[in-house]
Amino acid sequence: MTDFSRLGVAAIRDGVAKGDFKAVEVAEALNARVAAAKALNAFIVETPEKAIAAAQAVDADRAAGTPLGKMAGVPIGMKDLFCTEGVQTTAASHILEGFVPTYESTVSANLWKAGAGMLGKLNMDQFAMGSSNETSYFGNVISPWRRNDGGNAALAPGGSSGGSSSAIAARLCPAATGTDTGGSIRQPAAFVGISGIKPTYGRCSRWGVVAFASSLDQAGPMARDVRDCAIMLEAMAGFDPKDSTSLDLPVPAWEAGLNSDLKGKRIGIPKEYRLDGIDADIAKMWDNGIAWLKDAGAEIVDISLPHTQYALPAYYIIAPAEASSNLARYDGVRFGLRDLPEGAGLQDMYAATRAAGFGEEVRRRIMIGTYVLSAGFYDAYYTQAQKVRALIARDFDNAWASCDLILAPTAPSAAFGLGEKTSDPLSMYLNDVFAVPASLAGLPAMSVPGGLSKEGLPLGLQIIGKALDEQAVLNAGLAIEQRSGFTAEAGEWW
Amino acid sequence: MSVDKDTVNKIARLSRIAISDAEADKMVGELNGILAWVEQLGEVDVSGVEPMTAVIPNKLRLRDDVVTDGDVRDKVLANAPAKEGSFFGVPKVIE
Repeated sequence: MTDFSRLGVAAIRDGVAKGDFKAVEVAEALNARVAAAKALNAFIVETPEKAIAAAQAVDADRAAGTPLGKMAGVPIGMKDLFCTEGVQTTAASHILEGFVPTYESTVSANLWKAGAGMLGKLNMDQFAMGSSNETSYFGNVISPWRRNDGGNAALAPGGSSGGSSSAIAARLCPAATGTDTGGSIRQPAAFVGISGIKPTYGRCSRWGVVAFASSLDQAGPMARDVRDCAIMLEAMAGFDPKDSTSLDLPVPAWEAGLNSDLKGKRIGIPKEYRLDGIDADIAKMWDNGIAWLKDAGAEIVDISLPHTQYALPAYYIIAPAEASSNLARYDGVRFGLRDLPEGAGLQDMYAATRAAGFGEEVRRRIMIGTYVLSAGFYDAYYTQAQKVRALIARDFDNAWASCDLILAPTAPSAAFGLGEKTSDPLSMYLNDVFAVPASLAGLPAMSVPGGLSKEGLPLGLQIIGKALDEQAVLNAGLAIEQRSGFTAEAGEWW
Repeated sequence: MSVDKDTVNKIARLSRIAISDAEADKMVGELNGILAWVEQLGEVDVSGVEPMTAVIPNKLRLRDDVVTDGDVRDKVLANAPAKEGSFFGVPKVIE
């Protein structure tokens, strides 16, 4: 009997299409795995009935000879940032607990139209603010991975898409949606040894996605291999008139275009990413990545991205500024939590509701954002950060004169233990040092597994591409995947 | 630039987030830590650089001026924490 947890997106889609098995069998098997993995806390809400209903529809279509979609029969996890009609959507915040959208996000609607089914809503960092999934109101997500030191220390699955990464690595689902504002797809993918791509800003509609920082937020797929990411990105992407920054461009056939022959491609190695005191395992993995891409026919060139060190501080002005504005909508009036102290007026109700509903990190970022946008400080902080952002984007533009893609580590270290970085917000922020520049420039960027650390934990290699050139990013990811021999997986302890 | 407790309380007021005295004390240190770190942006020479407004060049579209939505009052009110009839309910604001 087939172990459906071992099949990826392509294998399930093709098996269902060929009639090797029924979509309903897959949905039943994965529903059972989700139900048995409560210890990971990857899901906030489980929706087994949705997975079954979607699978039954696909099986019926196949029986009737109706053409099947790109994701037909594939059950997936949906990050709880995507509004799903009739299913609670919280962004992992108390302030949205009990919120049941009356509409469906464009990205999730695209996936259902392509034949995917929903296993449930995945846990995440609250409002996507975090790098370890420790800011969720619904509790920490636990990584299925453990260090090889015999200890059972609970490790962070990365964040903010930590429920997505944990569920995929634990084989509860073949793929899941993620969103990436400053690394929230790539860093969790790296931490658990899977792949994930953030496409060019504007490829995936933001409509119906709970907003964090609108000029940075971008949805993308996470899965166990590059082909599966390509398939799912095709199903997610596309022009949407309801998102003013949606790109009015056709969706390329990324899966059909996969080709790991990199002859003629120049890969830039940015010297500024080789930080002083870089982790030895990370440096070694990066060197291996360079060798693999060379082996695939690419030419390696040294490049400079001179403003790299300013990306993170610019991000931590721009993202909180946008968040403070976006999150003004949570007022206890139209949806979500209301905290109305005895005798309180409207203003007191706002303040009490927001104090009770937002977690500590969310409150911190709203206040930073409010400060940098306030009268007298706007130019010194916000305008300056937006100018630096323009320079960071210009760095990439200049680099494209001498290379087609950039290779770097995804994160500066392997997964850390839960609680190890929570006392110091800055040390947590620094985890996104390699991921944030591509976000600020809106460029497509992907993480693929690059090897294991000394502690036996996955490390990720990041590929950054030119705007709209997801194909080249995926192709380089495939070339690495074919050479890295990465087959490690987490032992099933839960 | 560094913030003191009065400033933190003012930011909290502007943010419409109630904070206790102890939280304000804690926030002074945290905000100053983060602000001191972002200060380094000041050393970047940005003369002649326009602040970024769109990360991918993309013109904002205009759509035809027609009604494309509406007549969904019950959906709009479905998640209201305190609705009254066909309205959102709020505490009394006018004496």
